Amino acid sequence: MEKQEYTITIYTENSIGMIGRISGIFSRRKINIESLNTSPSEVEGIHRFTILITESEEVARKLCRQIEKQVEVLKAYYNTNDELIWQEQALYKVPADVIAEKAYVERLLRQYGANVVVIRNDYIVFETAGHREEIDRLTEELGKYSLIEFVRGARIAIIKDSAGFHSKLKQFEKEEPSPEVIENEFLDQQDKVFTM
Amino acid sequence: MSTLEKTETKETQSTLANTQISGSQAVLEALIHEGVDTVFGYPGGAIMPIYDALYDYNDKLKHILVRHEQGGIHAAQGYARTSGRVGVAFATSGPGATNLVTGLADAMIDSNPIVCITGQVFAALLGTDAFQETDVINITTPVTKWNYQVTDATEIPEVLAKAFYIAQTGRPGPVLIDITKNAQIQLFDYKSYEKCNHVRSYRPAPIVRREYVEEAAKVINEAKKPFVLFGQGIILGKAEQEFKDFIEKGGLPAAATVMGLSALETDHPLHVGMLGMHGNYAPNVMTNSCDVLIAVGMRFDDRVTGRLDKYAKQAKVIHLDIDPAEIDKNVKTTVPVWGDCKETLPMLTELINKADHSAWLQQFRELEKEEIKEVIYDELNPTSDIMTMGEVVRVLNELTGGDAVIVTDVGQHQMIACRYAKFNKSKSNVTSGGLGTMGFGLPAAIGAWYGAPHRDIIAIIGDGGFQMTLQELGTIMQFGAKVKILILNNSFLGMVRQWQQLFNDKRYSFVNITSPDFVALAKSYYIEGNKISDRKDLEQALKTMLDHDGSYLLEVVVGKENNVFPMVAQGTAVSEIRLK
Repeated sequence: MEKQEYTITIYTENSIGMIGRISGIFSRRKINIESLNTSPSEVEGIHRFTILITESEEVARKLCRQIEKQVEVLKAYYNTNDELIWQEQALYKVPADVIAEKAYVERLLRQYGANVVVIRNDYIVFETAGHREEIDRLTEELGKYSLIEFVRGARIAIIKDSAGFHSKLKQFEKEEPSPEVIENEFLDQQDKVFTM
Repeated sequence: MSTLEKTETKETQSTLANTQISGSQAVLEALIHEGVDTVFGYPGGAIMPIYDALYDYNDKLKHILVRHEQGGIHAAQGYARTSGRVGVAFATSGPGATNLVTGLADAMIDSNPIVCITGQVFAALLGTDAFQETDVINITTPVTKWNYQVTDATEIPEVLAKAFYIAQTGRPGPVLIDITKNAQIQLFDYKSYEKCNHVRSYRPAPIVRREYVEEAAKVINEAKKPFVLFGQGIILGKAEQEFKDFIEKGGLPAAATVMGLSALETDHPLHVGMLGMHGNYAPNVMTNSCDVLIAVGMRFDDRVTGRLDKYAKQAKVIHLDIDPAEIDKNVKTTVPVWGDCKETLPMLTELINKADHSAWLQQFRELEKEEIKEVIYDELNPTSDIMTMGEVVRVLNELTGGDAVIVTDVGQHQMIACRYAKFNKSKSNVTSGGLGTMGFGLPAAIGAWYGAPHRDIIAIIGDGGFQMTLQELGTIMQFGAKVKILILNNSFLGMVRQWQQLFNDKRYSFVNITSPDFVALAKSYYIEGNKISDRKDLEQALKTMLDHDGSYLLEVVVGKENNVFPMVAQGTAVSEIRLK
């Protein structure tokens, strides 16, 4: 099966050691995590992991099943890029004199929608957010003009079809939840299951 | 609930409720409330407060001092396997805890309900490379179902309740609770112990979907050549009767995985043997001939499937499992039936037609005859001067009638025991299936005895594996577990030697292993023993071993270069199983 980018979104309890538990599931299978972000989620007290990998659909699905086996994980989803709104953020530290002297650089930064964060007389820090390719292109261009420092954040993503986790969590809190919570996408695609 | 009732419940629950107790006492109270009667452990600096508290619990909790923490956890596993309850092990920090790792990995892959309590250095010393400090939580994360570090005593009742709940519900597994020394010492206001029955982020079992059970029944009803594979899930789900009802109504031939052995009595007319690399001929061959394969509580290990792309490709696969991650993990499922088989099997039984597949079953029996002729008869009734492992197991069967618990180590003797031992009732086969842990046998047998003290516990162990954990003879000596140790000595690390013979041109690389005088060794631990190498002594020697009131070691010298057959060589299809 063909490999492509999958974004795995995981809702977990906010407990110590979750990054280790989850990253171990990837490293055990020698799967490279391209980016990993942890943050609060739309639900108070629930953490949200966003992990980017390049793998086949089958691998992504099996990973999610293994991740959900962790006691402190509530749910894991995997999505292709077209199912997501996603962004990455980047910070650039550029020598001030380059900006002052080279009009092209200034134009470049405008073109990529970069915003000034800090201005000092020796350097200027810009930030931009967007898709990986845009950031990569800007980085490459700025690299020609003695970029002092560069850092890019992990991918964060919103699932287009998701109604959020509020109602799901309520279900989880019950002792007898409804099937929708325990579902997996596999059981919901009956026509794909019965291959006979 | 009236106030009066409330008071009564609390009083019966604990006399310590609403008093100040230490974290250590809270640990032991938790064990009592969880119904634990036996703990296997080894003290050390960081767990001393718990051992100090244990001093006052001598009448309520039996503590078995093992000789090595690995022995402790294997004993807890043996206990869990024969009793069906949670096995508990104590160890100190650092080396004590790291010595548990093999047992944790073993318990994880074989789904044993285990709770390990480890001591840890004072919370203030965490991360300072303190004496006997190890990052136990991180070391054990991949080999535990759940683990947690307690640094405050007030957490203890709740955390232990959660530990026991997680260890034994759903697909069972090992849980490790690491408790810093300050938390063990700390006094706190103890309310009462509440058992845990819900963790919001944890689903023990998926919800059963009736439509899938119906679909599965439909597929089974249309089948001409159905074949059932069963694993330990039947035993863990306590669904032996439900399983028997299911196969009997459907007239379904059924084969066991190594871990599933004894879930169905060996003599059952629908039992067609064992699956896997050294399993029986018929079930392996028929896997690739059946039209519907029904897997119940098993996980399609590579030792069961052989070459996966040639595994049961012709069949529709129905997979019943409590663990959603097992569905489609290795073998693509046609109809998944999620859930506890205790629940799903009766649903399925109700929906399937009463059927008779005797012509199909007869095909298994024909292949079985072939296996008997080519392999089994000679293994069990050899004409060679030197004894075979198989005949020892045969005579043992004749003497026990199949009522004993057979504990094995890992290697050739394990496969022979699994192939030929007769099992009349469930929880009678204790072996390291998934991890293949040499050294498992002796300590597991000790635990198995504490889990089922009224049963005969026979530990069949090779000369290699026995030397890995023979220190546990000391545990037997001190605490009197009545374990019958049957060493099948072929002076080789037999399974590796077999592979070297078959696949490495007989280049025997470091498989020749010498042994001490096992009988003298046992004697030095005040354990009776005997060694035989003559066939004429076999029956009497086994009888003496079984009749002996107490532990006993019998060493039987068997053929050095005997092989276990049939065999599905690595990388070949199950139907390509070789008889020689």
